[in-house]
Amino acid sequence: MKRTLRKTKRALIASLAATLAVTVLVGCGKQADDASQQTAGTVAEAKPLIVYSSRAEHLIQPVFDLYTQQTGKQIQFITDKAGVLIERLKQEGESTPADVFITVDAGNLGYAAAEGLLLPLQSPVLEANVPAHLRDEENRWTGLSLRARTIVYSTERVSPEELSTYEALGDEGWEGRLCLRTSKKVYNQSLVAMLIAEHGEEQTQQIVEAWVNNLAVAPLSNDTKEMEAIIAGQCDVGIVNSYYFGRMKVANPDLALALFWPNQNADESSTIGVHVNISGAGVLNHSKQAAAAQAFVEWMASDDAQAIFGGVNQEYPINPAIAVDPEVKSWGDFKASDLPLSRAYELQPAAVKLMDRAGYH
Amino acid sequence: MTTSPASNVALEDRPAVPSGSLSAGSGVSLFQRLFNAKALWPLFLLILSLPTLLALGSVLASLFNLDTDTLSHLLEYLLPGALGNTLLLVSGTAICSAVVGVALAWLTAVCDFPLRRFFSWALLLPMAIPGYVMAFAFVGLFEFSGPVQSTIRSWFGSSTWFPDVYSFGGVTIVMSLVLYPYVYLIARNAFQTQGRRSIEVGQSLGLSPVRSFFRVSLPMARPWIVGGVLLVVMETLADFGTVATFNYDTLTTLIYKSWFSLYSLPAALQVASVLLLAVVVIMVIERRSRAAQRYSQSQHASLASSRFVLSGKRRWVAVVFCGLVFLFAFVMPSLRLLSWAMPNLASDLNGHFFGYVWSTLSLASFSMLLIAVLALMLAYGARINQSLPTRFAVRASTLGYALPGTVLAIGLFAPISMMNHWLQDIGVPASWLQGTFLIMFMAYGVRFMAVAYSPIENNYLRITPSIDDAAHSLGLTGLQVLRRVHLPIVRRGILTAMVLVFVDVMKELPITLMTRPFGFNTLAVRVFELSSEGLWQRAALPALAIMLVGLIPVMFLIRKTDQAQE
Repeated sequence: MKRTLRKTKRALIASLAATLAVTVLVGCGKQADDASQQTAGTVAEAKPLIVYSSRAEHLIQPVFDLYTQQTGKQIQFITDKAGVLIERLKQEGESTPADVFITVDAGNLGYAAAEGLLLPLQSPVLEANVPAHLRDEENRWTGLSLRARTIVYSTERVSPEELSTYEALGDEGWEGRLCLRTSKKVYNQSLVAMLIAEHGEEQTQQIVEAWVNNLAVAPLSNDTKEMEAIIAGQCDVGIVNSYYFGRMKVANPDLALALFWPNQNADESSTIGVHVNISGAGVLNHSKQAAAAQAFVEWMASDDAQAIFGGVNQEYPINPAIAVDPEVKSWGDFKASDLPLSRAYELQPAAVKLMDRAGYH
Repeated sequence: MTTSPASNVALEDRPAVPSGSLSAGSGVSLFQRLFNAKALWPLFLLILSLPTLLALGSVLASLFNLDTDTLSHLLEYLLPGALGNTLLLVSGTAICSAVVGVALAWLTAVCDFPLRRFFSWALLLPMAIPGYVMAFAFVGLFEFSGPVQSTIRSWFGSSTWFPDVYSFGGVTIVMSLVLYPYVYLIARNAFQTQGRRSIEVGQSLGLSPVRSFFRVSLPMARPWIVGGVLLVVMETLADFGTVATFNYDTLTTLIYKSWFSLYSLPAALQVASVLLLAVVVIMVIERRSRAAQRYSQSQHASLASSRFVLSGKRRWVAVVFCGLVFLFAFVMPSLRLLSWAMPNLASDLNGHFFGYVWSTLSLASFSMLLIAVLALMLAYGARINQSLPTRFAVRASTLGYALPGTVLAIGLFAPISMMNHWLQDIGVPASWLQGTFLIMFMAYGVRFMAVAYSPIENNYLRITPSIDDAAHSLGLTGLQVLRRVHLPIVRRGILTAMVLVFVDVMKELPITLMTRPFGFNTLAVRVFELSSEGLWQRAALPALAIMLVGLIPVMFLIRKTDQAQE
């Protein structure tokens, strides 16, 4: 009995080891194939484009599939946090296999550009399709979809007339009625960075302190939690990315929440337009096929790709000429801030420190 | 000394051809000869610990160039709070996990009560739940907008008296719920190998079960318990996902904030170095405190006949206690996940999904075998050669567990890339950096060596040095001593180590994310990708799958260890 048991165990272990060995070998084999294709070099189409992405797999796979379908060009990718990918690219240096870098915010693209990882592009296509403030001056990166960070309110306890601007959420009337997501999320860091760009640090700190003062509960860990807290009556207003609202709305059309587009009327005391951020991309400096990589990034800014890039996540297309998804359109039109998003990176550390000083955690 | 069943097994195993006496015979392979050369072991162990030393080195190297700008900001506004929070959380979690883990281990290993067999494996299951998944399920249930407080409000009109979930208490409870199994598993191993004689002596002196626990079992299990708690402490210090869900700032929060928000990796590594030094101090204290003790055991007879059969009220207290822990640590989060997973079950249970299951399973199995073998080598080496280099190599190898995974991964990536650049400079095509599992397993080894080493090392305490001497005088050489004398006795420790590594690799995220080949996804990667986008309904299925896959080694271990016992 003991013998057979031991034999079974040995067999089990041996088969596991064998499986793994095969997997590893196949992995290496694939690499060897890639390498041989690299040396062959002549068949450019056969070499896949390699993408490092902090945008999640289910949001980029459909776009990649469409490109492969249209052009025959294969795309391989890995996903990870943007900060980790940037560090990885820095360490890989010239030997990086990556061609394209995709993120879900402008700050990290700005950081990658500042670290010299991204290639400046001569691109009439990007210049025609993407508004100037949503891409880098030298086209080292470009936005591909637009995400609005706006005010959400309870339709049961708030009338839209009470709302006006981000800044006004610090007014006395909102004391104990405001919910915010943690300041550790880059979306809030970009928002505050843009407030600094408009008002300067001193005034922005006062605004943030006033927000903190009005908080009904300690900052929450994500946008969905903010909206759930508003529905449950813990608070009345919050600041969220529009697509999180969109997801809840699709799941529950009778949602007792609505979006409000703030800062629509130019005024001395407020910034102009709704704060927007981007999900975007850049071509990597050490790409071995920069031309193919640029063609791919330009394609993502073109009509075909734009129809799905933001659409899969209820975001707005980067190109104002492309029609917005009807569901998203139903939340209303708004004027977006046209401050250049490159400022989001430059002012992000200042914004983070300011929020720390203001006690916004 | 009575002959134990364990050493019977060892004798059966004797090969047909008996090898020669003290000197290595001509039939002995090179491997055996190398293995038996005691003097080579320090070198061998130093090579084994090299990846860890490189990773730790690249973290500590940051100290040479302080980012004073970022650090002074942290120091002024964040460090005092984060430090206090960290101390509170670590001590709270350590105490809760120790109390719950040890109590459960003793009940299931030494006592008898209804459902004991079921609880003995079921209580391990929460280990397979990633901390941040447990946190999300817990917060979702008990926060203001969750079903519990909503129900309370609909009945009584107000729930303001309900304790705030987003608090020290909340995060400590969640952390303890996922980490107590580490203590439970290791302490249970201690109680099982204590042998019946000590308990019988206690019983014959008229000790009640409870007094026997405090007077006999507990002191004798001390190094195991401390070892388990040390793992809990390291895991808590390294955690980011759980505390992030509670927005509870710890030292790890500062590391991530410096790196990802203030764009200063140096400052992040500098904070991580502080974390590392703290762990070193804790380890040194632990070593000092155990130095003078001996825990060897002369025999391993069955516990079955001398279990305390709990009667009357006591048995129900035991059942209710085990049941409550099981309810909160496993049933509650599983039901939560199940309710999320149900609507998408049909569409998400596809070929891709089973691919994730398979890759997770094979990754965890292989790491488990590899790391258990390496940890056994470390423990064996530390036993036969107690020189300074050996001790240094062993201690260093177990430090990887204390660093946040992301920091460790990037710390390991730095020397590897450097090596890669050198290789390219001398003309070697160095595409092995990506797309092979070599780097991945090396990183897992660095991260999880502590998890595997602790239980194996502790079981080595069960072998008196005189046993080795006896084995040598019988003509057994190094490898034979290991196979025929040590292995049967540390077997439980190895099994424990394998389960811990299996489950930890399955949950592991940052290293897997960074070192995986293109298109290679595990269940944990899926959970992360979906949950980081807030898609918990779809993240629930892979999270549940992690728990189910984790069940396999847990069942195997409990069957194996209980078989030997009864």
